[in-house]
Amino acid sequence: MSIVNPGFFGRRRGPSDRIPPGQYATEEFPVLSAGPTPNIHLDRWAFTITTEAGVEHTWSWDELQALPHETPTVDIHCVTTWSKLDTSWEGVSLDVLLEDVETAADYALVHSYGGYTTNLPLDDLLEGQAWVVFGYEGGPLAPEHGGPARLLVPHLYFWKSAKWVRGIQLLLQDEPGFWETLGYHEYGDPWREQRYAGD
Amino acid sequence: MTTQHEYVDGNRLAGPLADVFAVDITAASTSCIGCGRRSVVAQLHVYVVGEGYVARCPGCQDPVLRYARTSTGGVLDLRGTLSLQVPLPG
Amino acid sequence: MVRRLAWQAARVLETRPETATARTLVLDVPEWPGHLAGQHVDVRLTAEDGYRAMRSYSIASAPDGSRIAITVQRLPDGEVSPYLVDGVSVGDRLELRGPVGGWFVWEPSSRIPVLLVAGGSGSVPLIAMLRARIATGSTARFRLIYSARTLADVLHADELAAAPEGVGVDLVLTREESPSGRPAGRLRLDDLGRPRGPVDVYVCGPTGFVESAATMLVTLGYDEARIRTERFGGGGRP
Repeated sequence: MSIVNPGFFGRRRGPSDRIPPGQYATEEFPVLSAGPTPNIHLDRWAFTITTEAGVEHTWSWDELQALPHETPTVDIHCVTTWSKLDTSWEGVSLDVLLEDVETAADYALVHSYGGYTTNLPLDDLLEGQAWVVFGYEGGPLAPEHGGPARLLVPHLYFWKSAKWVRGIQLLLQDEPGFWETLGYHEYGDPWREQRYAGD
Repeated sequence: MTTQHEYVDGNRLAGPLADVFAVDITAASTSCIGCGRRSVVAQLHVYVVGEGYVARCPGCQDPVLRYARTSTGGVLDLRGTLSLQVPLPG
Repeated sequence: MVRRLAWQAARVLETRPETATARTLVLDVPEWPGHLAGQHVDVRLTAEDGYRAMRSYSIASAPDGSRIAITVQRLPDGEVSPYLVDGVSVGDRLELRGPVGGWFVWEPSSRIPVLLVAGGSGSVPLIAMLRARIATGSTARFRLIYSARTLADVLHADELAAAPEGVGVDLVLTREESPSGRPAGRLRLDDLGRPRGPVDVYVCGPTGFVESAATMLVTLGYDEARIRTERFGGGGRP
């Protein structure tokens, strides 16, 4: 059974050339978290890429800051249906971080402080598609939005842009992350509306 | 900056979990596998992301119960509790 | 009760403005099984293109056959609440599921004194408890401590002012002096007072308010096992 409520539209939704299907554009930046905001001290912060062979590449906060910065401006799309256009960030490209990493892996499992994980193909972290970002709209990234640093992978639903990122594990076999084990889509392309497994 | 409270509690799970359980689950007891704390589901700290729910232990914050309503059904993860003790009519 | 819960069509019988931003909807739910004060319903709206949004609302009324009332606060950037407060008319149908929530409830057979601590629209399920107490003729001592910004924000203020013998109501206003002369300010320990014997406590409101009130209650010596809480949202979904 389904009642249709006349006059109820919800938020005005796409698609348009910039708003994927089922999404609406917001001026806000909603805070949605799977858990409490972790308290991370910069002098203990580290970002580690671990290869399938167990080789670790680690950067301290200062070492990350010393790498070349980029300032991408991108649209972001959350699975809960909001999209935010032209968000501006500052961070280090994953192309730079992965440059000297020797791997035959096809998959990545991203780890965050606080225990959150998310998975995606390694290819989707390359070719200018992903950054570790620590700046937002000209200032430091706020803790509730993932600060001190989060992953930014805007071409996929925003749950793949893990807040409070602390590392990436490179894997020969795909391993589902926090939401993926709960039935969310393995890939998550907003333009094909891949919210849940089987979509 | 004031502390952000981005969670609700397990009372909110009563409706969504009614799709999965024939009984009201908010009065069921859980035992956190992280710290051993016993809580009724209603007391868990629940983080809601759309139709995804993460119910965390009020003590140690480990996820006790997770549930998501997807396109084809519901997915329930109870790995974070030793057991679920459900009161049933005699 | 062991039974499968399904979405039902409710019909709007009556609408009543409560404050500048809140409205009560009285609904007829044909197969309503009855409810306990403190329980809530999930309301689901569907747009013509199939888009759906769902929110939870506490039942405001004492049991009354197939009639239930919900009091909805219009949130500034809300998606569902503006429709329920401004858009719905008598005769309209709404999909709802319930009653749900068997833990945060008051049973009229209980004789134990009750302390209700409400923050903002957290007053709705607690006022349902108060109404159930009155409707069933219970003589259990009730006290409601209700925190709101101003008197204009207090839901059902007239009804609370006329509360009968055995029901005490104290208003804690954060932005102005209360009618009883309490200076403006947030809830404090001395607003709550110490327990005198066993008390069942129900706290409802935004998460921050509930955490703070619950901490105060434990500090004052209320039995943690007798404190039941219901937290409304902080951020995320207006």
